[in-house]
Amino acid sequence: MFLHEARLKRQSLLDSLFRNLTRLAAIGVLLLLASILFSLVMGSMPAIHAFGFGFLKSPDWDPVNDKFGALIPIIGTLVTSGIALLIAIPVSFGIALFLTELSPRALRRPLGVAIELLAGIPSIIYGMWGLFVFAPLFADHIEPWISDHIGALPYIGPFFVGPPMGIGMLTASIILAIMVIPFISSVMRDVFDVVPAMLKESAYGLGSTTWEVVMKIVLPYTKVGVAGGIMLGLGRALGETMAVTFVIGNAHELSQSLLNPGNSISSALANEFTEAVGELYTSSLIELGLILFFITFVVLSIARFMLYKLGQREGKAS
Amino acid sequence: MNATTQHRIVVKDLNFYYGKYRALKDINLDIADKKVTAFIGPSGCGKSTLLRTFNRMYQLYPNQTATGSIMLDGDNILDKSQDLNKLRAKVGMVFQKPTPFPMSIYDNIAFGVKLYHNLSRNDMDERVEWALKKAALWGEVKDKLKQSGMGLSGGQQQRLCIARAIAVKPQVLLLDEPTSALDPISTAHIEKLIDELKEDFTIVIVTHNMQQAARVSDYTAYMYMGDLVEFGETSSVFTNPKRKETEDYITGRFG
Amino acid sequence: MFNLYTKRRLTNAIGLSISVAAMAFGLFWLCWILWTLLDHGLPAMTPAVFAKMTPPPGSSGGLLNAIYGSIAMTLGGTLIGTPIGIMAGTYLAEFGHRGWLSPITRFINDILLSAPSIVIGLFIYEVYVVRLKHFSGWAGTLALAIIVIPIVIRTTENMLRLVPSSLREAAAALGAPQWKIINFVTLRAARAGIITGVMLAIARISGETAPLLFTALNNQFWNKDMSQPMANLPVVIFQFAMSPYEDWQKLAWAGALLITFSVLTLNILARTLFRQGNSTH
Repeated sequence: MFLHEARLKRQSLLDSLFRNLTRLAAIGVLLLLASILFSLVMGSMPAIHAFGFGFLKSPDWDPVNDKFGALIPIIGTLVTSGIALLIAIPVSFGIALFLTELSPRALRRPLGVAIELLAGIPSIIYGMWGLFVFAPLFADHIEPWISDHIGALPYIGPFFVGPPMGIGMLTASIILAIMVIPFISSVMRDVFDVVPAMLKESAYGLGSTTWEVVMKIVLPYTKVGVAGGIMLGLGRALGETMAVTFVIGNAHELSQSLLNPGNSISSALANEFTEAVGELYTSSLIELGLILFFITFVVLSIARFMLYKLGQREGKAS
Repeated sequence: MNATTQHRIVVKDLNFYYGKYRALKDINLDIADKKVTAFIGPSGCGKSTLLRTFNRMYQLYPNQTATGSIMLDGDNILDKSQDLNKLRAKVGMVFQKPTPFPMSIYDNIAFGVKLYHNLSRNDMDERVEWALKKAALWGEVKDKLKQSGMGLSGGQQQRLCIARAIAVKPQVLLLDEPTSALDPISTAHIEKLIDELKEDFTIVIVTHNMQQAARVSDYTAYMYMGDLVEFGETSSVFTNPKRKETEDYITGRFG
Repeated sequence: MFNLYTKRRLTNAIGLSISVAAMAFGLFWLCWILWTLLDHGLPAMTPAVFAKMTPPPGSSGGLLNAIYGSIAMTLGGTLIGTPIGIMAGTYLAEFGHRGWLSPITRFINDILLSAPSIVIGLFIYEVYVVRLKHFSGWAGTLALAIIVIPIVIRTTENMLRLVPSSLREAAAALGAPQWKIINFVTLRAARAGIITGVMLAIARISGETAPLLFTALNNQFWNKDMSQPMANLPVVIFQFAMSPYEDWQKLAWAGALLITFSVLTLNILARTLFRQGNSTH
């Protein structure tokens, strides 16, 4: 037996070197987030000084007179994402239910992959398809009907009256919904899968129907995870740029009807940033970016927190 | 225990804690050189925990601590200054499930050797062949040394792991239920192997299977709830246990 | 009793039908979008697409410079982002059992994973383009690298966690130092999964448009210099599709088809590779 002392020493040196190298990379991630925040705040400083908190409440967007406010894009972002979720949640739930409980075994994987492929399609493709294919059909066949029928209803009517242009807030919401469906349904499918088979089998053993098992066993067991998945989808929708930019219409106008064009934070950035002249204009756009980052940060934090909680429970149960 | 036996490992007042939970209680025991010592007892009795103190494997995980002393060649294994890599080169280990590394059969064996020796190509070839022969695997794999170790059967994988452990020429070989994941034929192979290996190595084996302990070991320690209940020559522990608990366990009345 | 049972069965039937309808609804969009791409893209797919540069308005041309730029920046972003991601992921999985660093890093990384990519573009614009006073291929590459990092960290950590701890113990029992255990045993065992993650990251960034808008910008001409503004498929598609010129729109469809099918192919390849890798190990 022959052990080289020097070799052992070198090994422990390499050990700590390697350890610190990986540690540095991990710290790099924290620094990355910090520098993103820092640079956005620095870039927004001129706008923050000029407009203060009024920036959040002002509907102005007047590059000629250097007057800027974030109200319209913020509303656009929140409203389109909100409507997108209203459409996407039930559909995603249905898909997840189908994939976990109903689908024949052989189809489960291919169908799951197909839905994930929908998530893989670059967002710019959704935008193009929305602009060239969906919007014209929507304008010719669906919007007139919406305007005539839903527009005539009390309370919600005013939101659905307007010229059938195809592009606008509602179209953007629908495209967004199609985009986030695969995200939400994959998370839902994954959390449905963590429900112990024994739990479901006991419920089936009592004579429950599939629907009852899902509503009374699976959903209550996974509700935190499902909520997390929904928040994750919301985070995606809020930050989505290209799909929205093509179809939202890019109008800095506040209008009650969802059929009218509007604007969102990300589409304002995509359309105007490279052409913005003047410090205040650029800075206002960067502040829009900062606001977007802040909103998504909060939403995603909540989402992750909820998913962690489900994970913890799963860990305890096993 | 007869007086002429040499002791390779001497355990004194060993206590082990998982966090605050005391898993080993004042263990005192001597492991004889070039003999097979078996640890038996019901699940959770601490036999694997005791084994894993001999190469300080517990050190990989937080909140696990050991107190007392374990002397190996006049060195206290539990000493803070003990170099772990050096210790583990002297104390080899084979696990419950086969753990072939994701590399070729040859590289699996060479991996450990390369850590401590700069062998020439020829010497390394010889060492690999030696280890595989010792582990009674050479005949089955000599034509496919470049193939992945993961392609072997379970029993072959376990012998590969034994070959890998002895290739670094350790003094002590720890076997943690080495046959519990294997079929009876592979188990018989390994038991025969253990019998041959004790000519060169001090072997400590943890096993669930009392017949196995009776078949392969020279000394047996019966443990229960973190205590070392009885320890002595296997023949006397099995035929004439001094403690009632031991007798209950080996006659199957409990456990 | 009978009534209650009928009602339950009915609810079940309705619920399940809606579920099937939802599945069909999801697949419907996938098929429709793919059909549109083939319908518009295939006729536009001429040899010129791969042979000529992007044309001025109103004339015909190809996408060669954009294809080159996309490949160069995607490759660059992957090469920069992957090693950093693998190292940080290794830290989280292998070293980060105690202390504050790994839970926080994991949390922040999960947020970066879904952070709006346009904000990443803004960030690189602020710290790189503004400092150097011009748009460049490098800026685009950096923005893409920042998108790659969290994806690779996540998969590296997850895949390393799947490696049974007995494998680590076995290597440690031979007296191997930790850096050797990780580099030669655990990372190797997790190789298939990590490669899958990298491929998914490539798929993701090859379609990203938003982070390139203010970093790489665009370039009408052939350019191999990464320190100059660089053409790339997504931005060209965006510009051409939004333009009123028919030639440009045709090229945009060709580019869209090209991008989507490369991305989907990468996705499918990554998945099959992962399955194979898992079944042999």
